[in-house]
Amino acid sequence: MPGDWKDLPKDLVARFDALLAPVLQRYPPDRKEAAMLPALRLGQELFGYAGPAVQGLCADRLGTSAARAEEVASFYVMFHTHPNGRHLVEVCTNVSCCLAGADRMFRDLRKRLGLAEGGTTADGRITVREVECLGSCGTAPAVLLDEKEMIERVTPEKLAKIVEGLP
Amino acid sequence: MSDDVKILTARWGKKDSHTLASYRADGGYAALEKALSMAPAAIVDEVKASNLRGRGGAGFATGMKWTFLPKDVRPRYLCVNADESEPGTFKDRYIIENDPHMLIEGIAITCFALDIHLAYVYIRGEFPRQAAVLEAALAEARAAGIIGKRLYGKADFDLEVHVHRGAGAYICGEESALMESLEGKKGYPRLKPPFPAVVGLWGKPTIINNVETLANVPWIVKNGGAAFAALGTGKSGGTRLFGVSGNVKRPGIYEKPVHYNLKRLILEDCGGTASGRPIQAVIPGGSSSPVLRGDEIDVSLEFDAIKAAGTMSGSGGVIVMDDSVCMVRVLSRVAKFYAEESCGQCTPCREGTPWMEALCEKIESGHGVPGDADKLLDMANHIGGFTICALGDAASMPVQSFVKKFKADFERHIAEHRCPHGDAAWGVSQDSRDAVIGGMRS
Ligand SMILES: Cc1cc2nc3c(=O)[nH]c(=O)nc-3n(C[C@H](O)[C@H](O)[C@H](O)COP(=O)(O)O)c2cc1C
Ligand code: FES
Repeated sequence: MPGDWKDLPKDLVARFDALLAPVLQRYPPDRKEAAMLPALRLGQELFGYAGPAVQGLCADRLGTSAARAEEVASFYVMFHTHPNGRHLVEVCTNVSCCLAGADRMFRDLRKRLGLAEGGTTADGRITVREVECLGSCGTAPAVLLDEKEMIERVTPEKLAKIVEGLP
Repeated sequence: MSDDVKILTARWGKKDSHTLASYRADGGYAALEKALSMAPAAIVDEVKASNLRGRGGAGFATGMKWTFLPKDVRPRYLCVNADESEPGTFKDRYIIENDPHMLIEGIAITCFALDIHLAYVYIRGEFPRQAAVLEAALAEARAAGIIGKRLYGKADFDLEVHVHRGAGAYICGEESALMESLEGKKGYPRLKPPFPAVVGLWGKPTIINNVETLANVPWIVKNGGAAFAALGTGKSGGTRLFGVSGNVKRPGIYEKPVHYNLKRLILEDCGGTASGRPIQAVIPGGSSSPVLRGDEIDVSLEFDAIKAAGTMSGSGGVIVMDDSVCMVRVLSRVAKFYAEESCGQCTPCREGTPWMEALCEKIESGHGVPGDADKLLDMANHIGGFTICALGDAASMPVQSFVKKFKADFERHIAEHRCPHGDAAWGVSQDSRDAVIGGMRS
């Protein structure tokens, strides 16, 4: 069955379980489901995205239903239920960032990548999207790279360089 | 000079300020040691006397909130709100980056005072670096025997503190949605009452406080509630972190007394507008706080004083706009945020916020018709106050205040069938500028 977690590579599932074990220690033993966010994040990191198989795996390990896992995965913007490009470039276009040029910068970036509406480049290298306030308003504009690195005080030139350098 | 007292930012910018060694060298954890020699109720009394009010947005009296815990129900939990997602707000991250042990000490004292043995710091998912700094500091504190089986060596008190990362949802900063998210669910706010202090995380009594709120607790224990109260005025004590962004010469984080004057903050501390142009508008406390016109900013930022001026100091996020910025453009973006972030649980908010966004966008793009500005107001009036959580109000207040205070701008868009600002709707000076982060340059 497509999307069945039992079809996921066994070695990666073993890694998932090994990494999940210490996370479960953080919650009361009878409240395993509390680990849904960290589990989905872990699954997403290991398997590429938090699609049905990862949702099913998380639900199984946390003793809840796949429907519950899906509901959570689709609610939060940092969970990706479909594959993205290899890199995710997220530009904040909220007020403070736009007052510092984010609107222009976001438009420039899409133009450069040939993505009028955002989305993923044809070669699958980069996904671009606009996001809400990243908590860097004083050092605006802000860009979040691969959900890991916050780049602050970005200029269009600096952003172009960073994006060009992404493998 | 009380204007110069620094509680939260005193150590920012020092080398290795985030480490336990550095914190200890500056007298860190002495307040916890003192607290452990006090009766728990006496600590709560000091916090009450301090007039500490919540820095997360609502400004609720912290000591009073703590007394809402029912006497005989255990376990109790503490949730520390590090979701920091209100547009214009960027302060808690710097506390965590620069002085995580101050927060941990505040958490430890609070837990001891309230007989809590398990605390979670809910930090927004977009802050992986800050989460890592905090995890490292917690690991240091655990290894040094500060938290863990024995709180600071105290035989009969254990405390565990964990970091729980969010995954991108503004609503999870709302306290009941935060608990849902911590329980592993989507962030749907709960009906109140019952309040979290009575029925909270996993149905148990739970105290939820903002990062900045709790980071003040060590200073209060060390110096006494009265000293903290004396830094402020009326029913608000202490200093606050104000985060100023937008069209100012020196954006950044400024630690000032709670009742600092908004105009002074912008003109003197931040050097006025970067363009040298007049201030057109100021959002004083995060994007949900009602906007002020440039001629209305000579006000105290103290919670009650600024409320009397028709707005709020909310999360301390001040956004400044000079007179070259299109107010309709700004409101469109603000409206889009709330439409994007509405969790979808309540109909007025789920349906109404996209309508408001669409109508703002229609006016901004020159397709508005006479009466649209009033229609926008009417929509906002039917959302705020009609929803489970305050996101409905948060979405309505900017619309109500922008339309009222800048009505001529809306009318002009409609009459001219275009945005009068053209391509420069975000203003003439859209640059990034050096920020001042608690005295440091960034
Ligand atoms: C939509 C919404 C978003 C909120 N976001 C945050 C937030 O990001 N951080 C925060 O500390 N409080 C936030 N709050 C306020 C919390 O609900 C709560 O009042 C606060 O965490 C209590 O802590 P305090 O009393 O120390 O301020 C938000 C409230 C609402 C209605
Ligand atoms: S508005 Fe972009 S980081 Fe806050």
